[in-house]
Amino acid sequence: MTVVGAATRGRQGRHGLTRTGWLAIAAVVALVAVAFTGLAPWAGTPPAEVLPPTRAWVTQFFKWLARDLDFGIVTFRDLTRAMSWLLDWPLAWSEALLYEGFRSVPVGSLPWVAVVAGAALLGHWIGGRRLGLLAGLGFLYLAVFGFWKPSMQTLSLIVVTAPLAAALGLALGIAAARNRRTEAVVTAAFDVMQSVPHLAYLAPVIVLFGFGQVPGLIATAIFAMPPMARCTILGLRTVPPEVIEAGRMCGCSRGQLLWRVAIPAARPTLMVGVNQVIMQSLAMVVIASLIGAVGLGYELLFSLQQLRLGKAVEQGVAIVIMAVVLDRLSQAYARRKPEHATAAEGWPKRHAHLLTFAGILVMTAASSFVVPGVGAPLKAMTVTTAPLWDAAVKWMTVNLFDALEVFRDGLTVHVLIPLRHAFQWLPWAMVVPLVGLLGLRLGGARLAVLVMAMIALIVALGFWTPALITAYYTTVAVILCSAIGIPIGVWAARNEAVARVVQAVCDTLQTFPSFIYLIPVIMLFRVGDLAIIIAILGYASVPAVRLTYLGLKRVPETLIEAATAAGCTARQRLWKVELPLAFPEIMLGLNQTIMMALAMTAITALIGSRDLGQEILKALPDADTGRGVLAGLSIALIGMTADRLIGAWSRTRKRQLGLAS
Amino acid sequence: MTGWKLGISASVVALGVALGGTAYAEVPESSDPVRVVLNNWTSQNVLANVAGQLLERMGYAVEYKPSDTQLQFTAMANGDMDFQVEVWEGSMWPAFKEALDTGGLVDAGTHDAVTREEWWYPTYIEEVCPGLPDWKALDACADKFATAETSPKGRFVGPPADWGKHYSERITALNMNFVEVPVGQAATLWAELVSAVERKEPVVLFNWTPNFIEAKFEGKFVEFPDFDPACHEDPAWGSNPDAIYDCGAPKQGWLKKGAWSGMEAKWPKAYEFLVKMNFSNAQIAKAADMVDSDGLSPEEAATKWIAENEDAWRAWIPEGVDLGS
Repeated sequence: MTVVGAATRGRQGRHGLTRTGWLAIAAVVALVAVAFTGLAPWAGTPPAEVLPPTRAWVTQFFKWLARDLDFGIVTFRDLTRAMSWLLDWPLAWSEALLYEGFRSVPVGSLPWVAVVAGAALLGHWIGGRRLGLLAGLGFLYLAVFGFWKPSMQTLSLIVVTAPLAAALGLALGIAAARNRRTEAVVTAAFDVMQSVPHLAYLAPVIVLFGFGQVPGLIATAIFAMPPMARCTILGLRTVPPEVIEAGRMCGCSRGQLLWRVAIPAARPTLMVGVNQVIMQSLAMVVIASLIGAVGLGYELLFSLQQLRLGKAVEQGVAIVIMAVVLDRLSQAYARRKPEHATAAEGWPKRHAHLLTFAGILVMTAASSFVVPGVGAPLKAMTVTTAPLWDAAVKWMTVNLFDALEVFRDGLTVHVLIPLRHAFQWLPWAMVVPLVGLLGLRLGGARLAVLVMAMIALIVALGFWTPALITAYYTTVAVILCSAIGIPIGVWAARNEAVARVVQAVCDTLQTFPSFIYLIPVIMLFRVGDLAIIIAILGYASVPAVRLTYLGLKRVPETLIEAATAAGCTARQRLWKVELPLAFPEIMLGLNQTIMMALAMTAITALIGSRDLGQEILKALPDADTGRGVLAGLSIALIGMTADRLIGAWSRTRKRQLGLAS
Repeated sequence: MTGWKLGISASVVALGVALGGTAYAEVPESSDPVRVVLNNWTSQNVLANVAGQLLERMGYAVEYKPSDTQLQFTAMANGDMDFQVEVWEGSMWPAFKEALDTGGLVDAGTHDAVTREEWWYPTYIEEVCPGLPDWKALDACADKFATAETSPKGRFVGPPADWGKHYSERITALNMNFVEVPVGQAATLWAELVSAVERKEPVVLFNWTPNFIEAKFEGKFVEFPDFDPACHEDPAWGSNPDAIYDCGAPKQGWLKKGAWSGMEAKWPKAYEFLVKMNFSNAQIAKAADMVDSDGLSPEEAATKWIAENEDAWRAWIPEGVDLGS
C-alpha cells in the first residue's frame, strides 16, 4: 500500500514544519490579531469614512462610459448601441420565423405542427428513432401545456445566443491556446465573468446596450461563453503531438492544421463546451427577463409573483425540456459519422427528411388559414397539471411544517445563529494573515500574497461585514453539500441503475430555475438562515455528486484488483484506495460546489438576507452601478480565493499520490 | 438603437409626406412601436395591456417589454422603453425620483386610485387577539407571533430592506414587542402568508392595496396613529416625545404613470392618451380579478375590460383620433 504510505509521509509540509507547528503559528497570529482588535476597533471592521469611495468611482465610470466617452466621430455609447442594433438583425429573423410572422411581407410564423414535426424529423435525421421521439415529444409538451408562444420567444433568443456564444468562445479559446500570455489574461477575465453573479452586471448592461431581447442576449452570452473557451483551450492543448506531426507531414497549412486536424481531434472536449453553453443559456432565461427579454422566463416570474406554483413548475420543466432537447441534438450531431450516399439512391431518397418537412410545412401553412389551431395551439387544446403540484405543496405545508418544527428551531437557535455570530465577529486583521498562512502552507509565498491581497481588497471595498455573512452561508452550505453529495456520488459509482437516476436528477437541478424552489422552501422553513442554506443546497450539491462519481470511476481497475488481492475488505478498499485516489476530482467538486453556492447567494437574497447578494439586490433601485458591481466582485474574490487554495492543495496531494508528473 | 431607428423612420415619414402630400400630422405620428413596460404582477399587466390595445386601436404599433421594477426607470430615462402605467409611491419612489432628476423621465399624471401600505393580518387572528385592528391590541398579543428566532418578541415579516419603510424604527419609537424580519421580494411575503393561512397560524406582515391578495385572503390593515408629515421630522410629535416614526404610513398614497421624456414629441397623441388614462381602485381590482380569479390571461382580461368599460376609456382618447372599426 505505497499510495497510503506516501500520503502519510506527505503530512510534513514543504517548509519542514509539522502540522502542529503550523497550527501553533496560526494560533499565535490569531491571538495577536484579537488582542490588536481589542485595542484598535478598526481592525475588526474598518469604518466607511477611511476607505476610498470606490463605489462612487465605479458608478461615475459607468456614467462617463455611457454619456461622455467620445472618440470624436462616435461616442462609446453609439458603439455599444450599434452593436445592439447589429445583433437585432438575426434576432428579428428568428423571432419572425418562430412566433411573430414577417411584418414586411404577408408571411406568418411557422405553424406549431410544422415546428414539432420539424424537431422530430431533425432528431430522426441526426440520431435515429429515439432522438426523433425525444425531440418531437419535447416540443409537443410546450404546445400541449400551453406555453407555445413564450417557448418560441425563448427559443428564438437561444438559437441566436448559443451559436454566437459558442463561436466567440471557440475563437477566444483558439487565440488563447496559441499564446500563453493571452491565455493568462483570458482565463483571469473568465474567472471574474463567471463568478460575478448575473444580477450585478444587469445595471451596466442596460445602460450600454439598452433594454429588451438584445441586452438579454448579451447578458446571456457573457455568462455562457467562458465554458466554451475553457473547453477549447483544454481540447486543443490535449491533442496528441503525433496527430499534429502527422498533419504537418501531409503538408497542411496553418489554417488546415487547425480546422482539419486539431479541432476534429479535440471534438469530444469541444462538445462538452457546447453542452455547457446550451445549459447556461437556458439557465439565464429567467434573469434575462429582468431586463426586457420576453419568453418563458418572464412567464415564470409572473406565475411566481401570483404564487401559482404549479404553473411555475410546468414552465420550469419547459425550460429543462428545451435544454435537454437542444443539448442532445447538438451532441448527436457532433457524433454523427458522415454518410456517403451513392448517387444511385437519387436526390429524393437522400433528402427524404427535408422533403417530408417541406410537405408538412406546405400543408400546415395552407391549412392554418382555414383550420383554427394549426398556426398556434388553441387554449382548448392545452392541459395542465398545476392543481396537482399546488395540492402537493399545500399538503407539504400543512403536514410537514409541524413535523419539521423541532429540526428547524433546534438547528436555527442552537447551531446557525451562534455560528453566524461567530462569523460576524471575525476581525479582518485576523482573517487576512490566517488566509495568508494557509496559502503559504499549501502553495508557497506567491499564493500567500495573492490570497491575502484578494481578501484585503474586499475589506478595502467596504464589504467586510456582508462578506462575512456570505462566507457563513457558503461554509455551512458547502459542509452540508459535501456530507450529502459525496456519499451519493459513491453510491452512484457502485451501482449503474442509481447512477442513471442521479444523473437525471443532477441535470434537472442544474437547469430548473432556482427561483421556483425558493417558494416551497420559505413555506416550510420561514424566512431565515435555514431557508437560505437549504435553497443553496438544492443547487450546489450537484457538482459534489458528479465529480465524486467521476473520480471513483476513474480509479484504475488494476489498483482495485491489487487491493482486493491484498485482502482488503470492500470498506477498506473504499477508504484506503479509491477515495484517496479520487481525491483530486473530489476537490474539484468541492471547488465547484463553493462557486455554485456563492452564485446562489445572489438569488437567495430574494428570501431576505444581509449578505453580499443583498447588496447587489439593493443596488438595483438606485441604479447604483458601483455598489452592485463591487459587491459582485467581492463574491468573485471569495470564490477565487477558495479556488486558488483548493487548487494548490489538490496539486500537492496529487504529487504525493504520484498522480501527476 | 433608438437613434438609428429614429433616423430611418424619420426619413420614411419624410418620404411618405413627400409622396402622399398629407400635410398634417396623423396618428401614428411615428410608425415605431410604442414600447410598454410590463412588470410581474397582475394589475400592472392588465392595465398595460389595456393601454397597449387602445393604442393599437388608435393606430399605433405596440411592443411589450418585461422589466424588473427597479431597472425600468433607468431604461425609460435612456429612451429604451416608453411608458409605465403603474408607478407606486410606496415601492418605487426612490428609483422613480432618481430617473426624474436625470431629465429622461417625466411624470405622466396620477390615477384616481389610492394606494396604502401597512402591517396586515388575516382576519382569523382577531379571534386570538381581541381589539384588533388597533396596534395596541396587536402589541398586547405579540407573543402569539413569536418564533424560535424572535422569541419572546413577535415576528413582523417586513418588506424588502431597500423599500425604505422605517418599520424597525417605528417598532422602537412605539416601544412594541416586535422584531422585523425583512424579506427579499414580494413573492416571499406571499409564501409566508399562504403557509401561515393554511395552518391558521398567527402572522402579521407587510401588505398593500390594491393587489391580488385582497381577492384571495380576508384580512385587515393594522391601525397605527394617523400619519402626519411632522411625525417623520419632529420627534416631539406623537406619543413618543423623543423619536420620529411613531405613526402609521399615509393611508392614501399616489399611483402615477411615468413616461420617457421624448414620448410627447414623438407620439403627441399617444402621450396625451397616457396622461388622460385614469383608473380607480375598484376598476383596478376588477381588472386584476379577471386574471387572478377567472383564470384569463392578462391580454384576454384587457380585451374583456375594454369591451365592458367603454364609458370609462372613451374619455381618455384624444380629440380628433379615429379609433377605426
